[in-house]
Amino acid sequence: MAKARVEIARLDNSAATRSDLLDLFSRVQLIRQAEQRLTTLFADGEVPGFIHLSIGQEGVAAGVGAALGRDDTLASNHRGHGHAIAKGLDLDRFFLEIMGRDEGYCRGRGGSMHIADMSVGMLGANGIVGAGLPIAVGSALAHQVRRTGGLATVFFGDGALAEGVVLESLNLAALWKLPLLFVCENNGWSEFSPTAKQFAADVKDLAAAFGIRSRLVDGNDAVEVWQAARQFCDEIRDGGGPRLLECMTKRVRGHFEGDPQKYRVGVDTTEMGDDDPVVRLAGRLSDAGVSDDEIQAVTARAVAAIEAAVAAGRAGSQPSFERMLDGVYARQVANG
Amino acid sequence: MAEVRFGQAINRAISDAMAQDPTVVMFGEDVAAAGGPFGVTRGLAERFGGERVRDTPISEATIVGAAVGAAMSGLRPIVEIMFMDFITLAMDALVNQAAKAHFMFGEQCSVPMVVRTPHGGGISAGPQHSQCLEAWLAHVPGLKLVCPATIADSYSLLRAAIADPNPVIFVENKALYALKGELPDEPENVAIGAARTARAGQDLTIVTYGAALAPALDAAATLASQGVEAEVIDLRSIQPWDEAAVRRSLARTHRLIVFHEAVEAFGVGAEIVARMSDVAFDELDAPPLRVGAPFSPPPFAKSLEQQFQPSADRLIHAARRVLT
Repeated sequence: MAKARVEIARLDNSAATRSDLLDLFSRVQLIRQAEQRLTTLFADGEVPGFIHLSIGQEGVAAGVGAALGRDDTLASNHRGHGHAIAKGLDLDRFFLEIMGRDEGYCRGRGGSMHIADMSVGMLGANGIVGAGLPIAVGSALAHQVRRTGGLATVFFGDGALAEGVVLESLNLAALWKLPLLFVCENNGWSEFSPTAKQFAADVKDLAAAFGIRSRLVDGNDAVEVWQAARQFCDEIRDGGGPRLLECMTKRVRGHFEGDPQKYRVGVDTTEMGDDDPVVRLAGRLSDAGVSDDEIQAVTARAVAAIEAAVAAGRAGSQPSFERMLDGVYARQVANG
Repeated sequence: MAEVRFGQAINRAISDAMAQDPTVVMFGEDVAAAGGPFGVTRGLAERFGGERVRDTPISEATIVGAAVGAAMSGLRPIVEIMFMDFITLAMDALVNQAAKAHFMFGEQCSVPMVVRTPHGGGISAGPQHSQCLEAWLAHVPGLKLVCPATIADSYSLLRAAIADPNPVIFVENKALYALKGELPDEPENVAIGAARTARAGQDLTIVTYGAALAPALDAAATLASQGVEAEVIDLRSIQPWDEAAVRRSLARTHRLIVFHEAVEAFGVGAEIVARMSDVAFDELDAPPLRVGAPFSPPPFAKSLEQQFQPSADRLIHAARRVLT
């Protein structure tokens, strides 16, 4: 088995065309605008429960999402809005769900932590830290056995690294040479604690221990994430077995919306400045000769799409309790 | 009609399902090359190949979690948890993932998977290899759980479990692996949730399942020699359980004992007794009773375990209480 190599990716911009960059920027902005809007909806009481925002981390979701095909599957986590949007979920049904409506993705039963769309291979956000990894192992097994030509992806944070299933899943994926892309979004925080105090190892060493090739990228640069993910996806599709992409990024908001983040004062800032993935990508677009007007037009389209989705969410109906009770068990298989 | 052992009937059910449906796969600890710790899956890897029948590392959480992901992605996995005690390690995958995916994702998907796992048995396996934990799982909305008592049911219930669109726990009592009996060439279909009357009677209803059926029938035979005809209902399925069948029987006998190998407190018997006390209170001529294991972990020493295991004698003693 080949030993893992860790490379700091520093890919140049030349492989990304104008339309690639615009596609990435559109994904990043859709996620950013959706979550910015959620902060106000949450503050206004229009969104109940817990929401975990990925503001600052959009470059990871957008970059990986752009490297995936429609039939590739994706297991997500509690901070999963970006993954869902990047996989191409319908924004109306996304907001309908988060606002607890019958027409939402989960008929109002799941909410923010359980957004899923099986029709595009989005196997669900997940409220249990690390739980997506074994699910992605199983989905990758299905791709392998059914010879779909597709692959599975799982997003997990550095906070998940101390979970036992991470080790189990890396091991099984390596043993079975599964078509599986592990994506570790390293934002430095394990809920309310710095990961440095929570995890004594390093994810690249963990991957290397199982012979899984990994790469460390700047998660705030969607282009870099996209290029690395695309290369890994190609290698995985060629039968190379699992790969792990570690994306360094930043959690701008709290662990959950409403988190006062007192633990962060004096330790870490919640500002990104030039590291903001939106700023970085806009810079890339300018470098590629895209005009400010064009860039602003993409942003305006994202804002309009989100406003339309919020309006759709508000217009949704209340779910039926009787219908819910009838939905505990499936009557037929409806997968894949 | 062939005479087979309990485990061979299970093996045939898996084999027939795999032959019929290429999306059925099986994985677990030592199920392929070694043929399973109790020899149940012997020969399946040879017949269906290493892609569909796989040995896994000792990783219960990921075995069951992977079954969930595989089921959501178009396969019908059958996985094995070597002893039911080890299901503790896979509880997130079962309780938070398998049980909830259909409901939680708004019915976009189903999770057609089977977890085979052995419980109980009284084989001096000690506190961590002997527990009957079915009540835990029966408590979780979204899971189904079956527990066969006979050769024919082990085949038919497993086929039903594999065909079911929901996660089904298939519980095998270790004592039954020694059981030998006839398996018809074309076993009948058994629906999950349908009980079976193992012995007809009109004086007392004994509800049981799994390996407890045999001592229940022994007790019924002893009672018959004393002029009491007990009806013995083999539940076969714990979640859902056949409430109507128990109620019909109670309408004739007016007396109820639930008899199982699992610990009595907070158990399957507690649920059945509570439910019947509610919906069939007027039928009851005596307090409904449970007979199960005492509130203790299962012990190792033979002498201790014999006293721990619910026996025909304890059942007869309880029967006397409800008959006087």
